[in-house]
Amino acid sequence: MMAARPMALAVLFAAAALAAGDLSAQDGDDLGEVTYVRWCAGCHGVDGTGNGPGAEYMLPRPRDFTLALYQIRTTANGALPTDDDILAIIDRGMPGTTMPGWENLLSDDEKEALVEYLKSFSRFFTPDEVPQPLDFGGATRVNADVLAEGEAQYQALECWRCHGNEGRGDGESSPTLTDDVLDFPIRAADLTENWLFNGGGEVEDIHRRMLTGLDGTPMPTQADLITAGIIDEDQLWALAHYVRSLSPDDPPGITEVVRGVLFEDAPLPSSVNDEAWLDVERAYLPLVGQIIVSPRWFDPRVDGVWVQAAHDGESVAVRVSWSDPNNSPDPEWADWKSSIISLMQPKEGDPQDEGPTPDQLMVQFPMQMPEGMEMPFFLRGDDSRSVYLWQWQSDRDGALEGEARGFGTEAFQSEGENLTVDASHADGEWQVMFTRRLVTDDEADLDFVTGEAIPMALFAWDGDNGESGTRGAVSSWYFLFLEEATPTTVYVYPALAMLLTFLLGILVVRSAQKREREGGEVVSETAI
Amino acid sequence: MSDRFELRGLVWPTLMLLVMAGCGGGDGGGGGDAGGGAAMEDPVDAATAGNIAGSIVFEGDAPSMAVIDMSQESVCADKHSSTPMIQEVVVNSNGTLANVFVYVKEGLESLQFPTPGPVLLDQNGCVYLPHVLGVMVGQDITIRNSDGLLHNINASPTVNRGFNSSQPVSMESTRSFGSAEIMVPLRCDVHGWMTAYVGVVDHPKHSVSNGSGAFSLSTLPPGEYVIEAWHERYGTQTQNVTVTTGETTEVTFTFSAS
Repeated sequence: MMAARPMALAVLFAAAALAAGDLSAQDGDDLGEVTYVRWCAGCHGVDGTGNGPGAEYMLPRPRDFTLALYQIRTTANGALPTDDDILAIIDRGMPGTTMPGWENLLSDDEKEALVEYLKSFSRFFTPDEVPQPLDFGGATRVNADVLAEGEAQYQALECWRCHGNEGRGDGESSPTLTDDVLDFPIRAADLTENWLFNGGGEVEDIHRRMLTGLDGTPMPTQADLITAGIIDEDQLWALAHYVRSLSPDDPPGITEVVRGVLFEDAPLPSSVNDEAWLDVERAYLPLVGQIIVSPRWFDPRVDGVWVQAAHDGESVAVRVSWSDPNNSPDPEWADWKSSIISLMQPKEGDPQDEGPTPDQLMVQFPMQMPEGMEMPFFLRGDDSRSVYLWQWQSDRDGALEGEARGFGTEAFQSEGENLTVDASHADGEWQVMFTRRLVTDDEADLDFVTGEAIPMALFAWDGDNGESGTRGAVSSWYFLFLEEATPTTVYVYPALAMLLTFLLGILVVRSAQKREREGGEVVSETAI
Repeated sequence: MSDRFELRGLVWPTLMLLVMAGCGGGDGGGGGDAGGGAAMEDPVDAATAGNIAGSIVFEGDAPSMAVIDMSQESVCADKHSSTPMIQEVVVNSNGTLANVFVYVKEGLESLQFPTPGPVLLDQNGCVYLPHVLGVMVGQDITIRNSDGLLHNINASPTVNRGFNSSQPVSMESTRSFGSAEIMVPLRCDVHGWMTAYVGVVDHPKHSVSNGSGAFSLSTLPPGEYVIEAWHERYGTQTQNVTVTTGETTEVTFTFSAS
């Protein structure tokens, strides 16, 4: 589904595999060990402590198996996982992290042996103590009352302290959260992106994690609340239903094209919060860390953006929305930022904190509409094909238009008169709307055409996550398609086709009835 | 050996009643009343026992502790009459050091003690009271939220299994540790400044230095002991101590600013 993520993972794993190349298995008899050394040690380390050669590029860091701390389990808070729990993580991976799923990559024998080998790293697993799953019961039915109760519990149990008022992981405690083992920064989950939840995004998965907690992280169990009679089982299910409702019913599908809806009779949205945007379809475009141009970035905050577009034949408006817990630069996040920089940047040879950095968004189009597949390089174009840029940042009014022929060659116009921008940050979400006339009299601007797929790429930075310059999130090329005014033939031809079909149908029926009368016994139920 | 903590929930008040109904000798280590198992009696003969008492001396300049910013948590801020400070190093006005966990490290291996009743760990004013707590293996810790706002109690032991429980309202939870461990760190992730340490030992002979730097380990059989003192920043020290019948042996540990 997330087209760009496998690419980033492939690079990471190639690096890890190269580094682990000399770690050939010593004992060919142990399938678990062979499998582990070949596929897992690059990140988790030969000794299982989570210190493989690839580990320093990852946040959160790979699991230290010697501690037997597993976030995703069916067992009680603090308890060991069952074999099936470990197997499920191997199969599904941890979608919000660099841990991929191995369901179709390893055989059942390999996975089974791997589970035993992983357990062997920790003294906590003993043959005489078999972890037992909890009884989670079945999900209650959901309706408006249940969701209202769930929302009330979200408030009463103070989930917002970390996850924020609307669940985007922007609560007041979120800047200071760290994991239990390494004390490294850890994000409160963005509850509006259930397809990235570790351990599954459906209501049963959410309910299970509320009861078990996520061991090794700040996420606690809610089980004591039921034991102490503060909430009952149904109220916990209601909370799980409410959290589920914060994400779309279905995960965003693969979209190549952002459709620019034609506003023929209504005016274009005039502001970023204009209610007209509610009726404009939105496309989710996944973003990944920029890992091609040095210094690279392996910890992007922005993992995807929602894009909407509209035009009225004169101007085009593009609204981009994405989760970002704060409006950078924000002193509350200063410690978070310096932690991230000290953890992620030394590998790239530049551990400097450059002072306050804003959030940024850049939208990129080719300067010339490409013919065929000849598109500029997706990272700011190349020598022969330049790109046209819209650039916005949180600490400056207005937006800039620019041109680039590769990373670092960006040249922005001093007068960005043709491009206007409106931005707002609320409850952990940025919404930025660009508006520009389709055609301008500035030679340095791209002229937008309707009825054609215009290549478009996006870049986003969270300043307080240590992101600026080449350290940020990037997308590959997508397309912006501005609808053309619908020609009348579109309505006429279907009507003609329907009429023709109707007439032909009558003809067929008539002839069949005639044959029936003439031929006597015919299987009558085959008649129309 | 069981490394599992047990969640007893509402069962603990019943247990406490049972414990209070039993008999047992007190101990200065914060362990509460001894008692517990119906059959087990205190293995120390009080008639021949001796005591250890002493203090933790602090040398050098006391490091300045950071002020806790509770401005966003008025419920907690209002509970403090003086500015709340980080509790990592607390030097008393008499030049002694508080919050040092002192326990018998060697010398009690042959004795089996009954498990004392529950001890209280309170979250009050967005700090843990006490900051350092001693318990015996298997002894219940009653974890109370007196603030009525969200705390999570996140224990990250290495010998034992940990726990992390949510307490969004005034309530109590009960936990215990199945193996000895010096020390189990506790913290609240909602309030990053809230930390506490629990010393888990195989017997009830432990103590935490108080506001005048004093500690005591009472009712020990006469003999040779190794006593260890642990401090959050300054680490551990041990001393060999001889206990004789009917006497209190004075022991002084000295920690220096480093």
